[in-house]
Amino acid sequence: MKLAINGTTQGFEGDPRTSLLDFLRRDCGLTGTKKGCDHGQCGACTVLVNGQRINSCLTLAVMHEDDEITTIEGLGTPQDMHPLQAAFVDHDGYQCGYCTPGQICSAKAMLDEAQAGWPSAVTGDLTAEAELTPEEIRERMSGNLCRCGAYSNIVDAITQVKEDAR
Amino acid sequence: MRPFDYQRPDGLDHASLLDRDGATLIAGGTNLLDLMKLQVETPETLVDINRIGLDKIEPTGEGGIRIGALVSNSTCAADPRIRADWPLLSRAILAGASGQLRNKATTGGNLCQRTRCYYFMNIDMPCNKREPGTGCSALNGRNRIHAVLGANENCIATYPGDMAVAMYALDATVEIAGPDKASRSVRVRDFHRLPGERPELDNVLEAGEVITGVTLPAPVGGTQLYRKVRERSSYAFALVSIAAALRMEEGAISRASLAFGSMAHKPWHDLRIDAALTGAKPSDALFDHVADLLLEDAEGYGENDFKIPLARRTVKAVLREATGAST
Repeated sequence: MKLAINGTTQGFEGDPRTSLLDFLRRDCGLTGTKKGCDHGQCGACTVLVNGQRINSCLTLAVMHEDDEITTIEGLGTPQDMHPLQAAFVDHDGYQCGYCTPGQICSAKAMLDEAQAGWPSAVTGDLTAEAELTPEEIRERMSGNLCRCGAYSNIVDAITQVKEDAR
Repeated sequence: MRPFDYQRPDGLDHASLLDRDGATLIAGGTNLLDLMKLQVETPETLVDINRIGLDKIEPTGEGGIRIGALVSNSTCAADPRIRADWPLLSRAILAGASGQLRNKATTGGNLCQRTRCYYFMNIDMPCNKREPGTGCSALNGRNRIHAVLGANENCIATYPGDMAVAMYALDATVEIAGPDKASRSVRVRDFHRLPGERPELDNVLEAGEVITGVTLPAPVGGTQLYRKVRERSSYAFALVSIAAALRMEEGAISRASLAFGSMAHKPWHDLRIDAALTGAKPSDALFDHVADLLLEDAEGYGENDFKIPLARRTVKAVLREATGAST
């Protein structure tokens, strides 16, 4: 079976126990996606599947035939950074950097979700359009833990990208 | 993780696969794969149902709405019809997990999620739910998150979810297909079980049965609140949660439906509470009476004793807010 990873077709014939995360890191050499807890509690392994953010540790590679996977390597490169990557650098949105690829993939999809009008747990009126306040960003990004505690700068970086996109 | 055979049917005809011993369905997989990594779940065959359809939200003839079993939690919570007419369901779903998990988690799978009891998830410890007859380690162990209602010495685990609590308050119906393709409907309030003598059974699904969807009755309007008390303000399971759908007319409560999460082996619904509220004028005495009804048989097991006064305070706060009472 085949998957499309960052626009490139990859074959998968391995053990069905292989998580999408292990397939990306071990078999595709895409080590930008990080393994933190391996149990869906930290968000370090966040990737995009058909544009939606998921925890790649809690899904099997074999379940993703013909799906389009985007990892941090597919969002930007050191020479041509995605606006979120540039904003994280500008705002010091990290210390050790281990959670950063997951934070950025998650933020990319989170901005798309907000654009599509999805509400969150802190949205006041479920039928009105939600403004992406810092409180909204914190709630929507709560699936990505940062043990260095760079949250304030992460929120600033995401806010800047949201403002620049206007 | 133990080895397994992987199958991916493209329709409901997979039912025969489920007749094989050791076959387990996988949809979102966010709970199942976690438990497989811990070897709490060890299926011999994994049947991936993600490509069999059942992913639509459609109106019913009776003014209600039918949510396919494979509709993701994200899609359900964001659906404009659900947000406008059954906001309690959106609120409960959005109070749970994270954006990433809600994108994978499904309507049917969420109903079937297992307890987060520490001992159930640790294969080195006795647990009647995981291994019947071995005993309950939580009874005299760490039990901060455990049940205070409907439990017994066999099992004090809780059903940990949020979505189902709203479905109990909204009186939803679970649609189920069987191996012979016959289908049946079960009120969600009758879907989950109390531990009784069979704590290994979370719900009434029989071998080979599959949830195909959940139907909500016509909108009830009024004020709809989901209050979730937890250790941190996002991305944590509830210690106590309350789903409330309540309507006021001329200073009195004209309709009320309450359900309670993380207090028992299933979301808790007590018809006496809804009846006591209906037709009554809001008052502190009324709200205390409701708390008395809820907690008359409540029992703590040590670390979770605090849940009893917490539930009393939370239900009173929810009722004050929902009725606009100043008491």
